[in-house]
Order: sequence, then structure tokens, then C-alpha cells
Amino acid sequence: MLIIDCPHCGPRTEDEYGYGGQAHVAYPEDPSALTDAEWAQYLFYRDNPKGLYSERWVHSAGCRKWFNAVRDTRTYEITATYLPSDPRPAPHGGPLAPTTTAKE
Amino acid sequence: MTSRRLATGGLIGRDETIKFTLGSTTYAGFAGDTVASAALANGIARVGDSIYLRRPRGVMTCGVEEPNAFVRVEGGYGESMLPATTLELADDLQMTWEDGIGTLDQSVDDAEYDHMHVHTDVAIVGAGPAGLSAARAAVATGVRVTLLEQDFALGGSLLGRPGEQVEGRPAHEWVQQVRAELEAAPNCRILLRTSVFGSYDNNYLVALEKRTGHLTTEGMSRQRVWHLIVGRVVLATGSFERSLIFAGNDRPGVMLASAAQAYLGRFGVLVGERVVVFTTNDSAYPVAADLAAVGATVTVLDARPSAGCQLPPAVDVRFGMVVVETLGDEVVTGVRIASADGSDVVPQELECDLLAVSGGWSPNVSLHSQRQGALRWDERLVGFVPTAPVARQALAGAVLGTSWTEGCLSEGAAAGADEVSPVHAGERADRAGATADLWLVPGPHGDLATHFVDPQRDNTAADVVRAVGAGMRSVEHVKRYTSISTGLDQGKIGGVLTIGLLTQLLSAPDMAAVPAGQPGQVVGDGAEDGEVNEGGRATNASMRPSPGALGTTTFRAPFTPVAFVALAGRSRGQLYDPARLTPSHGRQVELGARFEDVGQWKRAWYFARHGEDMDAAVARECRAARENVAYMDATTLGKIEVRGADAATFLNRIYTNAFAKLAVGKQRYGVMCRPDGMVFDDGVTFRLADDRFVMTTTTGGAARVLEWLEEWSQTEWPDLDVWFTSVTEQWTTIAVVGPRSRQVVAALAPDLDVSKEGFEFMAFRDTTLASGIPARIARVTFSGELAFEINVSGWYGQSLWDDVSAAGESLGITPYGTETMHVLRAEKAYPIVGQDTDGTVTPQDLGMSWVVSTKKEFVGKRSYERASHNATGRKQLVSLLPLDTTLRLPEGSQVIEQAAAPEGPLDGPARMPIPMIGHVTSSYHSQAIGRSFALALVKDGRDRVGQQAVASFGGRFVPVEIGDAVVYDKEGTRRDG
Amino acid sequence: MKQRDLPEHPEFLWHNPEPSSMYDVIIVGGGGHGLATAYYLAKNHGITRIAVLERGWLAGGNMARNTTIIRSNYLWDESAAMYEQSLKLWEGLEDELDYDIFFSQRGVMNLAHTLQDERDSVRRVEANRLNGIDAEWITPEQVKELCPIINIGQDIRYPVMGATYQPRAGIAKHDWVAWAYARRASDMGVDLIQNCEVTGFEMDHGRVTGVHTNRGTIHAGRVALAAAGHTSVLTEMAGFRVPIQSHPLQALVSELHDIIHPTVVMSNHVHVYVSQAHKGELVMGAGVDPYNGYGQRGSFHVIEQQMSAAVELFPAFSRAHLLRTWGGIVDVTLDASPIVGLTPVEGMYVNCGWGTGGFKAVPGAGTAFAHTIANNAPHPLNEPFALDRFETGALIDEHGAAAVAH
Repeated sequence: MLIIDCPHCGPRTEDEYGYGGQAHVAYPEDPSALTDAEWAQYLFYRDNPKGLYSERWVHSAGCRKWFNAVRDTRTYEITATYLPSDPRPAPHGGPLAPTTTAKE
Repeated sequence: MTSRRLATGGLIGRDETIKFTLGSTTYAGFAGDTVASAALANGIARVGDSIYLRRPRGVMTCGVEEPNAFVRVEGGYGESMLPATTLELADDLQMTWEDGIGTLDQSVDDAEYDHMHVHTDVAIVGAGPAGLSAARAAVATGVRVTLLEQDFALGGSLLGRPGEQVEGRPAHEWVQQVRAELEAAPNCRILLRTSVFGSYDNNYLVALEKRTGHLTTEGMSRQRVWHLIVGRVVLATGSFERSLIFAGNDRPGVMLASAAQAYLGRFGVLVGERVVVFTTNDSAYPVAADLAAVGATVTVLDARPSAGCQLPPAVDVRFGMVVVETLGDEVVTGVRIASADGSDVVPQELECDLLAVSGGWSPNVSLHSQRQGALRWDERLVGFVPTAPVARQALAGAVLGTSWTEGCLSEGAAAGADEVSPVHAGERADRAGATADLWLVPGPHGDLATHFVDPQRDNTAADVVRAVGAGMRSVEHVKRYTSISTGLDQGKIGGVLTIGLLTQLLSAPDMAAVPAGQPGQVVGDGAEDGEVNEGGRATNASMRPSPGALGTTTFRAPFTPVAFVALAGRSRGQLYDPARLTPSHGRQVELGARFEDVGQWKRAWYFARHGEDMDAAVARECRAARENVAYMDATTLGKIEVRGADAATFLNRIYTNAFAKLAVGKQRYGVMCRPDGMVFDDGVTFRLADDRFVMTTTTGGAARVLEWLEEWSQTEWPDLDVWFTSVTEQWTTIAVVGPRSRQVVAALAPDLDVSKEGFEFMAFRDTTLASGIPARIARVTFSGELAFEINVSGWYGQSLWDDVSAAGESLGITPYGTETMHVLRAEKAYPIVGQDTDGTVTPQDLGMSWVVSTKKEFVGKRSYERASHNATGRKQLVSLLPLDTTLRLPEGSQVIEQAAAPEGPLDGPARMPIPMIGHVTSSYHSQAIGRSFALALVKDGRDRVGQQAVASFGGRFVPVEIGDAVVYDKEGTRRDG
Repeated sequence: MKQRDLPEHPEFLWHNPEPSSMYDVIIVGGGGHGLATAYYLAKNHGITRIAVLERGWLAGGNMARNTTIIRSNYLWDESAAMYEQSLKLWEGLEDELDYDIFFSQRGVMNLAHTLQDERDSVRRVEANRLNGIDAEWITPEQVKELCPIINIGQDIRYPVMGATYQPRAGIAKHDWVAWAYARRASDMGVDLIQNCEVTGFEMDHGRVTGVHTNRGTIHAGRVALAAAGHTSVLTEMAGFRVPIQSHPLQALVSELHDIIHPTVVMSNHVHVYVSQAHKGELVMGAGVDPYNGYGQRGSFHVIEQQMSAAVELFPAFSRAHLLRTWGGIVDVTLDASPIVGLTPVEGMYVNCGWGTGGFKAVPGAGTAFAHTIANNAPHPLNEPFALDRFETGALIDEHGAAAVAH
């Protein structure tokens, strides 16, 4: 059971939250300008690092707010949670895995 | 059988006799007994046969690691595979010995099981000397403390040594005093009979508390699963004594030395009078002393050349000796012994009725390891010990290898107070003394067939040898090749023994091929200061690998077995995903409704009158809606208020069609798609004001849609001023449908102009009903007929149902259910998301290109430019008209081309695949067109309209005509009445 | 009692060689798929200079952690073809590999609990039959006949409304399957190298020429990835991406009990799947944990939800005991179908994305992947499962179509 620190409500158990996958993947500003391959990258490709991962959670059974977390997918340790509008915090344990599709 | 119970001694309640039955015999024990102690007291040595080899077996341990003695409890809550060594004796328990295979009780378990969720600052697992000391210290700091003990008594290892002096008084008095102190403290909760079986991330512990006996529930839950969120965990989980591997080491009468001591000290049972103690370490000497002190004849065989402790008086100690074989028919009557170095040619024999064995100690690291806590092999302690506690945890006592009570007390006190342990690693090894790393005593017969490593699984050293011979190098492979450690004790008996044995069987050059059981978690072996042995491979000149190089198998929850039903807790029966009911549910039950599950809701499916089957009921309901007037409960549709200055802009981006210019007081149907362009949900949205909408969603999709809106609003368009509130349960909705619905609504809402001109299609009005109930009435249709949807506050839901019934009574208003709703909408080809779509269907596929804006951007639009959306072969919604107009195709029937159909029916699967072009999504008898019809998704279906095809179901192949999706009132003449 | 005492494994299984410096083919990942691929490369294509590189112990990943369900009753033609080919191979596998893998065709049923479940089930059954797959839609009474311990009463929250049933489906012993392939591969000269983690790739002008490992650099003309949840980690090193996400998936067993559950029951709606293995333990799978994770463990509430569902459907399991839980890492694609084929790197091939369904596909995917590697071109079976379907949108959407996972 993960315990996740909602930026609005504080620490709550995982069963209050929904998972949203990789964070910082914006809906393309002009989808029609993209090639099929680029559009496929947006639709289907997400980073899948073994290590630190910026990901989205929603506090479904609480404030219903989406927020981001930095979690280590090996240890499941969450090192930061932050608002979607905030930049990804600099991790203290080293650089994040590169995010090739990230549009901050 | 002779009684083995001594006249005095032990911590049992001798004035409270307990009767119990094992098999067909009734016995007596005392309060405070376990089933095993009572059985041993009654002279029962053999408790059953081994699972496969059918060898006699006896009680081997005094705890959760027991591999042999299991009972099935009969009666009320029959339960199998309960270790006799931990089962508390209770009046009238009826039990049968089991031999490693249980029998499930098939009766329904009507007892209650519940779950408790708590926060605690400090949780201490284990109430031995270290745990009690930790609890005392933690309580003194004023924080909330929870002490969890799996046994029904506090004391841990002290229970077996009640006379030992602790802080100047006998151990059992000391335990009682600490208990009294803790019970008096307002900040301490003691949970007895509570096994912490799982340790998860973030100090989340899961524990099972056994609250009542087996036969009664005493008005409370039988068992409780505790979920604890813990600030700091102190693991004072102790250690397990190891057995030794020699011929016949499984014979009844062979017991762990500490168990023999515990049966004596705690239960007053002297398991044997002529005792041989076979040890590799000093811990067995106090056992020998205790046994000798009550009159047993004791011989100690110590595999080492000397002991590190004082030798007990009146005990025959022989150094450098080992047991090579046990003797006896059913139970041990003697042992064959030899010198440890193999120099004796002819083994000697010794008579005995108890062989107490100590092969060293393995710290009980299960909960530590469940959290990926690292282990190292300690050469001096000869055991896997934690390298360091995991974050926000502390370790104290024997789990670290601290073997002396005083050390456990000071270490516990430090752990409880969150201070650094005063015990140094070196001291642990010094105090424990040397342990011989003896992993195998070769037998006198040259084979290893009765050298048991895992008695429960009937696995021997011969099996391990065979595994290595087959090429197995990893502990995990050996486990799986043999099945060692897969029994109820999950390796508590055989785990480390196997690893030790493997170190003798593998030579160093082999080690390159050895994958560690837990890669990266066992940090090699090494000095006690935690130094990692580089590479962790061979550790000495003999080229034997170290156990640390092999690693362990993975420790997993649960530490001890847990009944499924306890984990289910209250989430059973009516409380398993509780059903959602609408306010008028009771009225619908009275009218004879049958219900279907839609999402979490119960929805009326159809209302059969007496003698009617479903078809007849639905036909009647359909006619009523098309020819007269009918009503249904539409409350379950999801309803979401969308508010804010940018609400219209937001909806315009989410829906495929335009919403920006929707007028206040009007509604519009909309479809929303996922970014991949597939239909996600649909529904009608009302515009209440410039900045205020109410969106309706599908019944099953409401929660999903709300999250969807939140997601897009918050994560993609945070600049938009818009927010969302679920109002599904705040509103009740009754649809009044049919050419005479206007009359009913007029009667209900006398202030409302319900005329065609005064209340146009897709408008809505707020009004007050004749009953005084405020209402919002919408002109909208899901049947093509003139229809109104009346929305009132949920509190008035049943009242509205009654009012509609009354207002329509003179007209013969008819209640209808979801089946009729489905027929009516299918006649008009209104799709049901999730029935006519399956996540691979676009609005265009449904024939609803009109709902897909070409002018604006919306979620998913880009996907329609992809190759697969512009090639032929997309499945499109059409109708199928069976040539046999009475035949209703089963939903799910497949559609094939005429040319592909076989000559006759198939009574099994096709021999060669028959290509399919589509499938039936909806299928009904239509009263309106007087025949059966279906909706289907068919490849290039719209190009095939007018053509024949074949529907396949149940091996039959029937001709159908493909038609336009709409089969009734294509012109839409009926919606205004 | 004796009948549940499984026969012993063969006297000898595989050699433990040191890696050579050069192979024709390197297969990264010594699980079921990797071992089967090696075997079929050797047997069907005569390629035997093969190394299977396994970072831990052979078949210690999902192969050792799955609930061993084998069936082929998938909805879409492409999936049905792949899994049915696999099932046909399963039916001859004990003879082919000369190993008693306890393939037990005891039937698998997928329960329906709602009207929509029923529609989806009938749709799948009818599609299966036309695709040549044995499939039936059975009534609750027939469910009860096949599995007497199921509660088909109306008194439970989601009563059983029927089931799809595939009689030829069943279970096998997972380790035994992996070891059967490993033994035959080792026999034919394939080097099975454990404790060997790939840390990078040797490339030459866009073509892979070898792998870097913790045991040195090993050269090869072709490199095939069969690393399930870890595939992303490998492809990242090779410079391309695969659209998979790795999630924990948990499963559990009880202690041994007298056999009372004769078939395999799956329910997507209340989420439980359960069989009773040959020795008598109940084997169950839980739902996929929602978050990405390589920890081979999940969250306990997922297990608790699973137990509720199990006890609802099977009152007899109430006082069975949870003995062990564990987790694997499943590699999930957005359409719940695998990726098997060529990659943007010349000489490199990928087989991943099986999600919860990899075990049953081992023989079929093994043959198809071996064909792909040997011919540098996909086999017709795996052609639809190419990476490019994510661009064209021609997905094979098994979960969207409500086919049951696992």
C-alpha cells in the first residue's frame, strides 16, 4: 500500500487515488501538424523507466485534484509530490530518466 | 499412554481442565495449553504420517514453524491445516490430525470477520524480552504504542524459561509486571493472538487477530485484520532454532531443543525421560540443564571439540560427537552416534526417548525481508542477519543475533526509545559462542534418503543432491526442483538448511552460474561489522561457497497463513460492492420489476405482469410507449454540473460536436472520444446559464467521465475557469414517453406550457409541479417518441414516481424497464456506449458523422486522419433483418458473407477459419415494425445496405438482409407527438 | 494421496557454461519465451550457436510467477490465430519435449455476471467457433455441473449468468515447461547463461553486433529481446522505444487441500481467477496494480479485494489459507496485445507486451519469434503484432473488446 502525500490533503493511502501514468506529457498543441508517427508517440508511447519516474495521480476519494509525483519504480519510494503547474523538482538522488516526449 | 505432565511447573492453569477430542479419543488438558502441548502431555508421540512417504511424524517444534503436527478442527467453523503448536486449547474442540493435506469445509461461513485501520506511532512486533522492553521504553516517551504478539501469552522465549532471572525476579513475574505497566498506560495497546503477517511499503503492517475460539463467535467478529500505518516499527521477532540433517531426523521423538525446553518450562510437560541432546552450539546446554533438573537422564552430543559455556551438572557431555541415525520403529528409541570427524569406524548406540536437536539459530527476518531489508551471512553466528534496519524501523533481540536476555532488554529499550542499540555486533557473536557449521551428517548406510531437509514436503538431502546433479545452482531452482520450503512453514524449517547443504555440494568454480535468490539483497557474507565480501563467492581455502553467496529465496507475505475469509472481511454478501438503488426502487419492486446490474446500480429490466414472460412484458411495454404513454426511472444516468466562465469552451473541446453556442434553456446531445478517436461516452447536456451546464452520462460511465473531465481541466487546460460536481444522486429523473405523454405532464405540471409550440424539442423548463415539488422538465427523447424527462430533487424521487403513476393512471400509463428502452432506441439506431461500441468504434462508424465537427479542435480529432480510419474495412453500424421475421438473433452472433457460409450447420468449431465481417451488438423483436431486427457492426456495412449476409450462432447460419441502421420512423415524425 | 506426488524431474536438465565470445543469435531473457525461442531456433531452423542470457535465474521472472492458465479463446482473429496455434503446440508438447509438464486440459470458464458480460461472451464464443476454436456458452446450471463448488445462487451481489467455456483449455506446471525447453535447448548446444545482465549493445552503423554484460562483451549477428517487463530498459539502451508500461501483477496460493475444484474459473467482472493445482493448492491471480513498478510486489488491498471476490463465488474457500503471495512485472500495451517482430535496429528483434497472457503463448510465440529471427521477417502469425500498428491505428484491442485478460 503506497502512502501518497496529496499536495492538498496530506498523506493518504493509495486506495484513495487513481493513477494517471507519465506526467508532463501534454496534449499536442496542434495535433494536425503532427505526422502519424508523432501522433502515435503521443497516444501510445510513455516512458517506462526502472528508476525515478514523474507520474500523475488523482485524489479520487479526496479533493479530486490531479497532481504529480516522483516515484522510484524499483523501490516505490515517492520522493516528491507537486502541482501539475509546477516544474518537475530536481531529484536529490540523481537525474531523472530522460523524457523524450516531455513538453513541460 | 503415560502422562508426560509433571506434577508441578509450567504456566498453565491447573485448576481449569479442558476436554478435547483428537480423532475418536477424548483427552484432558489445561487452560494455557496448546493442542500440541496437551497432546504431548497425554503421551501422543505420533501425530500422523508424512505427506508422500507416509513416515510417522511427531511434534517437532513449539511454534509457527511446525512442519508435522496439523489438525483439522471439526464443527461450526471447520478449518484445516492448523498447526497444533499454536492452536490454543479450548473446551470441546474436536480435531483430526492431518498429514499435510487439508479438507475444505464447504459450508457457508456466517461468522463475521472485520478489518481495522489504525495509525500508531510505534508498533512493536513480538513480545519477548526485547519486544516487552521496547514497549516499555516507547510508552515512556508518551507516543502511541501498539504491541503485537502472535501467541496468546506475552513473553516469547521467556515462556519456556519461566525461572530465569530477569531484572532480579523470575521471568514469568517480570513479564506480568511489564504487562501490568503497559496495560495501565493510556498510550499502549496490546494485541495478543495477533500475527503481523505482512510488512509493506511506508511501514504499512497487516496483522491477523484471532478474537474468538473456534466454536463460538461470542457476538463479535471471529477474526480481525489490522491495517496499521506506523511511524516507527520495532521488529523484535526473535529467531528460529534449526534442526540438523542426519538419517531418520524426522522420527517422532526428534524435537528442537528449545521446543523440549518450552514444553517443560511453559507447559510442565517432560517430553522424554532419557534424552539425547544433539547440538552444534551453546544454546542447548541450558536446555539439558532444565531437563536434567526435573529428573531426566541427559546426554549431550556436541559436534564441536568444546563448549563456550559452563557445563551443566549431572549431564553426560560428549564433545566431537554427532548423531548419525535415529533408531526405533514408530518413535525414537535410540540413536547411533559417531565422532564428528568420521574417525569412528563402528558407531555406538545410545538409548533415548527424546532427541533434542539444535543446529544453530536463524534470525526471524521475514518481516524485515518483506521490505527488501538486506541480509548478510554472519560467519560467527552462522545465520543470515539483517545488515541494517529499513527506513523508520528498528530491530532488537534475537532477530539480530542477540542471544542473552539482558542484551535483548537493553537493545529493546533502545529501539523503543528510538536510540542507538548499546549492543555491539561483536558482542553478539562473543556471547553466542561458536556454532559449528554442520550441514550434513552422512548416514551409516551411504544414502541420504531419510536425511530430511523439509519434513513437511518430504524432501531430503538426497533430493538436494539430485537437484545439484541436474544442473541446479540457484537456491530458487533447488526449491522448485525439490519443493523444499513450499509447505505451510514456507521454509522456516528447511530454508537455511538447504542453503547450508548447498554450500557443501557446490564447489567454487560452479559459483559463476549461481544466481542469488534475491539479487542485490544479500550482500555477500562478511565480517560482523557489515563489510561486504568482494564478490561474495568462495570464502575459504576449501573452495566452498558461503551461504551469503547463494542468498535466500524471497520472503513474502504472509508470515503465517491467513484464512481467505478474514481478508475478505466485511466485503461479503450485501456489503460486497454495495448496490446503488434509486429512490423509487421500492415502488418498482412492488410492481414486479426484475432488475439488471448496470455499473453499481440496480435498474428495472422489465415489469412482468402475472403470467407474462419477458418477451410478452417487453412487447406490451413497447406498445405502450409507442402507442399510448409509459414511464421509466432514468435516475441512474450520471449527472455532472459543469460551471465556470469557460464551461462552454471546455465542453466544446471535450465533445466532438459544438457546444459553445448552445442557448441557455436548451440541451444538446454530445459524444466524447478518447484521444485515439474511439467513443468514450455520450449524453445530453443542459445549459442552465452562460456559465452553468448539467451534463448527463451513461449509467456505468458517470464516475469515469467525472475523472475524465477533471483530468482534462486540471492537467491540460488549467487556464480554463471551469469546475465539476457530481449531482447524480441529487436528482431523480422519470422519463414520460409516448404520444399521450403530453397529457400526463400537463397534469403534473399545470403551470407549464407543454404545447408543441410552447415547449419545443430539446428545450427544458424549470417549474413547480402540482404537488409543490420544484422540477426541471426536459423535452428529449431516447425512443423517437414525444417524451419528457422530469427531474426533481432526489428526496422527492419516490413521490414523483407516485405522482406520475397517478397522473397517468386514467390513460393506462405503463412502467417500463431498460429492455424496452433498449428496443425503442435500437429501432431509432441510437447507440448504447459499451453495447454497440467496444472501444474500437468511432462516431463515424456509428453513422454519426454529423456529431463530429470539422471546424473545431476536440479531443481525438487527429486520430481520424490515421491510415486505418481512411481505408476500407471499418466496421459500421447497420441493421440486420433476418429473413425469418420471427427469429431474434442472439446478441454476439457473428456476421459472414454469403459465400463464406458452409452448406449446413456446424456442430463444433469450424475446421478452417471462416472469415467474419461483423457481429450483432443489439437484437430485439420490434412491435413497431412487427418483426425481429438487430443492430450490427459490419465491415463497410453502409456499402452493403440492401445486400444479404449470413448470421452465425450456435452452429447455425441464417440469412439476413443488411439495412440502414434506423428501422423505424426514419423521418423523425413522432418526436413532437 | 499419492496421485498428487509429482514425479521427479529428470536426472539432468542443463549445463552451466561460461559464455563464448561470439554467437549467431543472442536471446536476452531466459524466461519461457526466451527458452522456447532458443529451442525452436535450434530445432526448426538449425541455428544452435545461441546464447540465452538471463540476468537472474533461469525462468525466474514471470514464468515462475504466473497462474499457468492456457486457453486460446481470444476475440480477434489475429489473437485467436496466435493463441490457437500455441494451444495446438501445447497439446503435443509433452511428447515433443519428452517431459511431463502436467498439461491438464481441464477446461477454462469465463463467468458472465451482467447482461453486457453475456453479450460479450456470446460474441467471443461465436467468433471462436468460426475461427476453429472450441468454445461454448454455458448456463449457470452447466457451470455448476462442471464446478460444483461455485455459488450460482441469486443471493450474491453479481450472480453468475453463464460462462464461456473452452474444454481444451487448462493449466500446466510453469517451471516444468520452462525446464523442458531449457533441457532440450541445452541438449542441442544452446548456452544458457545465468547471472548475466545485459548492460548495453554493440552497434555498427545501425546494426547490432553484440551485447555488453556484467560478464563481458558477447558478439552476435542477431539479438532477440524477450525480457517482458524489462524490455523498455533494454530498448532504451538500443535507442528506440516500445509502447509498454511495466506493472506489478500479484498472485497467491493456499496450502494443499483435497481436490474439490476440477476446472479453471475466471471472472473479469468480480475479478478473480482460480484453479487447483495437481498437488492441491489453490492458485489465484489478482488484478494488475495500477502503477508502474519493477519491484515484483504490489499492494495488499489488491489481494484483499481478490479474496472478497473468491469467497463470494466459492464459499468453500472461506477458510482456505493464504500461504504465499508474490508479484511479477507485466508489460502492458495499450491494446492488450503483444509486440512481436522487427525493430528499428537492424538485427534486433523484440517479443514483449504480453501483459498478463504470456505463459499460454510460449509455444506459439516461440515458434513465430524463432521464424522471425531466422528469416529476418515476421511469421504470418506475428505479422499483425508489429510495432507499426500503433502508427496506423490498426490495433488488436483485446481489452477494449472486453475479452478477458490473463
